[in-house]
Amino acid sequence: MRFHGFAAGVAATLTLFSTTSAFAATQISWWHAMTGANAEVVDKISKDFNASQSDYEIVPVFKGTYPETLNAGIAAFRAGQSPDIMQVFDVGTGVMMAAEGAIKPVAEVLEGAGLKFDKSQYLPGIVGYYSKPDGTMLSFPYNSSSPILYYNKDIFQKAGLDVNNPPKTWNEVWDAAKKIKASGAAPCGYTSTWLTWIHTENFAAWNNISWATGENGLAGGEVELKVNAPLYVNHFQALADLAKDGTFKYGGRTSEAKQIFLAGECGIFTESSGGLGDIVKSGMNYGIGQLPYDSDAPGAPQNTTPGGASLWVFGGKSDEQYKGVAAFFTYLSKTEVQEYLHQKSGYLPVTLAAYEATKASGFYDKNPGRETPILQMMGKAPTENSKGVRLPNLPQVRDIMNEEYEKMLAGQQTAQQALDNVVQRGNAAIKDAMGN
Amino acid sequence: MTPRVVFPNKVLPYLLVAPQLAITLVFFYWPAGQALYQSMLKEDPFGLKSKFVWFANFEKVLADPAYVNSIKVTAVFSLATALVAMSVALLLAVMAERVVRGKGLYRTLMIWPYAVAPAIAGMLFLFLFNPSIGTLAVLLRKAGIAWDPLLDGTDAMMLVVTAAAWKQISYNFLFFVAGLQAIPKSLIEAAAIDGAGETKRFWTIVFPLLAPTTFFLLVINTTYAFFDTFGIIHAVTGGGPGKATETLVYKVYNDGFVNLILGDSAAQSVILMVIVIALTAIQFRYVERKVHYG
Repeated sequence: MRFHGFAAGVAATLTLFSTTSAFAATQISWWHAMTGANAEVVDKISKDFNASQSDYEIVPVFKGTYPETLNAGIAAFRAGQSPDIMQVFDVGTGVMMAAEGAIKPVAEVLEGAGLKFDKSQYLPGIVGYYSKPDGTMLSFPYNSSSPILYYNKDIFQKAGLDVNNPPKTWNEVWDAAKKIKASGAAPCGYTSTWLTWIHTENFAAWNNISWATGENGLAGGEVELKVNAPLYVNHFQALADLAKDGTFKYGGRTSEAKQIFLAGECGIFTESSGGLGDIVKSGMNYGIGQLPYDSDAPGAPQNTTPGGASLWVFGGKSDEQYKGVAAFFTYLSKTEVQEYLHQKSGYLPVTLAAYEATKASGFYDKNPGRETPILQMMGKAPTENSKGVRLPNLPQVRDIMNEEYEKMLAGQQTAQQALDNVVQRGNAAIKDAMGN
Repeated sequence: MTPRVVFPNKVLPYLLVAPQLAITLVFFYWPAGQALYQSMLKEDPFGLKSKFVWFANFEKVLADPAYVNSIKVTAVFSLATALVAMSVALLLAVMAERVVRGKGLYRTLMIWPYAVAPAIAGMLFLFLFNPSIGTLAVLLRKAGIAWDPLLDGTDAMMLVVTAAAWKQISYNFLFFVAGLQAIPKSLIEAAAIDGAGETKRFWTIVFPLLAPTTFFLLVINTTYAFFDTFGIIHAVTGGGPGKATETLVYKVYNDGFVNLILGDSAAQSVILMVIVIALTAIQFRYVERKVHYG
């Protein structure tokens, strides 16, 4: 009996011991919104990180689309169940920044873990966007993209356009689009995704004109939209005029227009660099060019601003968890991890070292278009007009823009009226959101 | 009048209804109370700063031209959906009555669309009518119709009404068939002997006798168009173009979950709650009494 008792005791101790060691790894939850090939990247990175050390375990959880993930995170925070890391899309950046009590700046997380955060190693355009006006980095850039121009080489050939020379300015785009339509090479000349992100926010940065006061909202304090300036009005009036006879074709508010381009209906297309995967997959004979700029804008092209998403860390966690998060972010910054992320997903690398390594490997020689978005973002040091835009209610303001643009493209109002309405309605909404 | 039922046991009846009451409390009164409380708060999305503002959110919502617009959109959408769904269903029901062979098969096939989820129905119509890739959109364009629901508000409205009505036709069909069967054949035969033609018989005998069913369906269809069509609108138009198809329910979602203005969204849902209660009251007071289920 005594022996049995002893054995049972040993067994119990052993079980206890083995369970404790299995549970020793601190779990770090990571909510994300990646699907398809990009979701595989998330899983692979997490698995590799978990295998590389034994103190922490990253647990990625898919939470739906970008807005759904943001909502899930907000609801979880309100219920006291927030995840450790959450992926938030560019538009939600202002929402997260306004919630200072809910989040912990990434710079603090890294420094708290005794790690030195060297900002100079990261791409300035991207880090600048995810930092406070005083330079404190708030979130970790995970997947960044930039809008570029795609064109269908077969349609260009048929229309008698130079297949090796994509249009560089918007006026050249309009001319090429008219030629495509008039020559019958395709039923439509030009289409675009995201009129808000590409034709308004990036239009401002790339042409170095103000989108809103207070450094486009990045400086904090009061913000008033400036998007009814003449350069915008001319640009949108040109779009509205081309929409009348179908030379420009509207696809929808987000990336629906990709289908129109893939179907071979339009010859020229502006879209995120992250959209490249589907175009490659379609087998189209495509070409890539820089995002066009406005030839009336002095100093253009300036630089484009990042889209995509970054990783936010929630507040109120234990030191041990923050150490784990810091270790994971350090791992993510490693050159080989960034190289993998960049080449596999089409998003931009976050560190200069990863960019240099990719360049040295000859990847850009084989895939020439892949460097375009990086060059666009890094070409010049960002000005106060080109660091990006930030509002606590950017989703709402984008909605207002989309509504007015749609009415304009349907011929119900001119570009001047549409943009005046955007400014008036947008400013009222911003004021209301800031008065919380 | 039904006779009054008297229970001898004073405790047991309460115990028996207790589970139902508990469910109602937890799943209806609690969230409804929360919505009411939220509708009087002005709060940031994370709930870090909140201020009790009494009825300010209601005042703001009701003074907002976008809200007035969505009331109009909802009225047009609901009436059009109810009208289309009911008239097509009535036509089909009358036709199905006259089928001699395979009546059962026709009826079964007619009921199928009811089993399709709203979001799926929306996707089906989106694919059929998408201006670039839609099968039917191509035919429309070939026929010389400038079909563009992405920019033309009227086209977009027609598209969501069609999708919403298509899904509801089956349900209406079922009730109209039952209503038609309850009409005595002798009445119709007598009218025929008196020399009344088919159209005359329908409008003077069948249609008036179907009135209770029609009224019942009108209430059900309006409620359906009001509250159960979110999935269709979300999938097909997302409220656009402009705000041409933004119904009251869609606006609650958009303001609350996309724009993250929780107070306004809650105030709108409280207003909707009042509308539902009113509709239900009408239904119970007038409709339930008059409809004979045979």
